[in-house]
Amino acid sequence: MFGLTVRRELTRRRKETIIIALGMAVATALLIVLSGVSAGIRNGQSQVLQSLYGVGTDITVSQVAAPGSGATPGQRFEFDRGQGSTQNGTTSLQSSRLETSRGSSTLDAATVDTARGVTGVSAATGVLNLNLMNFSGELPSGTSSAPAQGSRTTQGQEGTPGGGFGGGSFGFQQTSVSGVDPASTELGPLASATITLGRALAASDNDQAVAVISANYASTQSLSVDSTITIGTSTVKVVGIASSDSTTLSDIYLPLGFAQSASGDTGKVNEIYVRATSAGQVDATAAALREALPSTTVSTQSDLASSVSGSLASAAKLTEGLGQWVSVATLVLAFLLAILFTLSGVNRRTRELGTLKAIGWSNNRVIGQITGEAAVRAAIGGLVGIALGAGILGVLNAVGITLSGSAGLGLGRSGGGGGMPSMAGGMASAAAAGPAGAAMGGTANAVQVVLHSPVQPTMLVLGLAAAVVGGLLAGLIGGSRAARLSPAVALRSMD
Amino acid sequence: MYQLSHVNKTYQGKRTVVALKDVDLEIPDGQMVAVQGPTGGGKSTLLQMLGGLDRPTGGQVAMAGQDLAAMKERALTRVRADEIGFVFQAFNLIPTLSARENVECALVPARVPAADRRRRAQEALEAVGLGSRADHLPGELSGGQQQRVAIARALVKDPKVLLADEPTGNLDEAMRDEIMGLLESYWRDNQLTMVIVTHDSTVAARAQRRLRIVAGEVTEA
Repeated sequence: MFGLTVRRELTRRRKETIIIALGMAVATALLIVLSGVSAGIRNGQSQVLQSLYGVGTDITVSQVAAPGSGATPGQRFEFDRGQGSTQNGTTSLQSSRLETSRGSSTLDAATVDTARGVTGVSAATGVLNLNLMNFSGELPSGTSSAPAQGSRTTQGQEGTPGGGFGGGSFGFQQTSVSGVDPASTELGPLASATITLGRALAASDNDQAVAVISANYASTQSLSVDSTITIGTSTVKVVGIASSDSTTLSDIYLPLGFAQSASGDTGKVNEIYVRATSAGQVDATAAALREALPSTTVSTQSDLASSVSGSLASAAKLTEGLGQWVSVATLVLAFLLAILFTLSGVNRRTRELGTLKAIGWSNNRVIGQITGEAAVRAAIGGLVGIALGAGILGVLNAVGITLSGSAGLGLGRSGGGGGMPSMAGGMASAAAAGPAGAAMGGTANAVQVVLHSPVQPTMLVLGLAAAVVGGLLAGLIGGSRAARLSPAVALRSMD
Repeated sequence: MYQLSHVNKTYQGKRTVVALKDVDLEIPDGQMVAVQGPTGGGKSTLLQMLGGLDRPTGGQVAMAGQDLAAMKERALTRVRADEIGFVFQAFNLIPTLSARENVECALVPARVPAADRRRRAQEALEAVGLGSRADHLPGELSGGQQQRVAIARALVKDPKVLLADEPTGNLDEAMRDEIMGLLESYWRDNQLTMVIVTHDSTVAARAQRRLRIVAGEVTEA
């Protein structure tokens, strides 16, 4: 009889059923959509961090240059009188320089060993992030002694006409270079990359003039395995092409030893990638590292996640802040709606409930009846909400919303493919490097992430459970009110 | 069947209303009693006391030796479920349930199995001449038919007492006579104790005993 009366009540009071179910459906759908989008954004942040820091990196150790103590002076290329070749009254000049990324300070390579010895550290590897700056230009004879300062940031396109003055012209290209320990590439910036052509760097390459280049760089510079690149005064042979889902692969990866000697930073690194022994040990390990390396900046993935900026970060703030409140508020509103409608139903059915009590229905049976009706109404709403929420997430995924994110904590992040200039990585560190650095380093390492909001089975169950709980709550409140109803009063009220 | 001793009922509000005043009344088993009186005189209150729907402010309402006034709610519910049938002026059928389902409702508290419940409800409807209308909703039935469904609901559990509050109040004369005939026939066949509250002297005249209640005081008419 319970099932029958519930069924009859729901089908013959359709308007009430539809309104309550719709309220619950909207609340449930919102819960599912927001949690899905939130999970999608978290995944996006992970992608950004993974692309910037590589797979398996739990902690990074770096050292930001203090304001005014830029590791390198401004972007200056100086040429002596008589340098370059002069033809038809025009002097052609070329220069190539490899130096540490702006805004970073180097650490002694021994620091890597210190980090490896810290409790909780499973592996650590040092990286030297560098910029390769190539200048080429033509100046009218007689002006060559003038120092030429790069006055614009190029996007790494070789041959892009630079600023012209006094009848001359010049091009300025920056290329991101990372010196990596060839003996431990499973951790660090190359960890998420795949060698698509040639070979990876080997331990025996440490001091060799060999390089692995990104597929994008290879494409834009028309390079392949066995091609050569000029880095400073050295000619480096390309031994492998790497590709990655990450858009922030450095253009060139050199063996750490060679990179150190080519840049004049022998025995130096400027970033250490650390893997903790377990995910649960990350915070404790980071604390131990801070203690062991007090002058450095130690960042965990969660620190880094908070440093992700751009539309991705805005979306994260929106979903985690406003979104959660909207979700909770909608749920509360749906609960209240269900309670109000149930109470209103009880009031409207005073005669019926009084009659049922008069013919011997117990209070518990009346409460059960009202609660059952409310719970089933809410469950219908929950199921509709699940379908609605999953549908909305499906549409969002089909539309493919693209968000961009960048991280500003690390140092010397390599730029995007195609010779994206890699400056100091973060805005803060760029600003610290002086005006030129700010101008150039202000370019964040943006990673484009297509938002994929997963339909999470747990949230579907939770959404339905929340709806049913709301219904049960509404039913219990309404049922209790009905149970308190004196049959005499109920019958008198109708008379 | 009933023994009422010094029963009082007052309602506290902005002003105190005395609905029953020191009522002493005995209703033997199987008696058909009509209660008349002006509106607000206490007729319905008396019926509610007899049916265990309300409790007196003072005095005893003994039914088959049990004081309904002192019973716990659960026990009182049990008495209503097993021993008392109600018929109301406005029929009080559940609008979302069919005629048969309405009748079945009276058997739910007794935990009668579904198949048995369905069979008994159908038989009760056939007994009141509505077997063919079992699947109709109350809204699809006339007033007289609805009251017959209500009577079937009251009698399907074979109660010892039938309490009817203006059972013909909403019906025309022909339907009134039909319903009264039905009630009388049940009363006679099943030796029910029946108390009918009515304004209608024609209905009251068909009872074995007539009571009059004015300002809460009960007298033999």
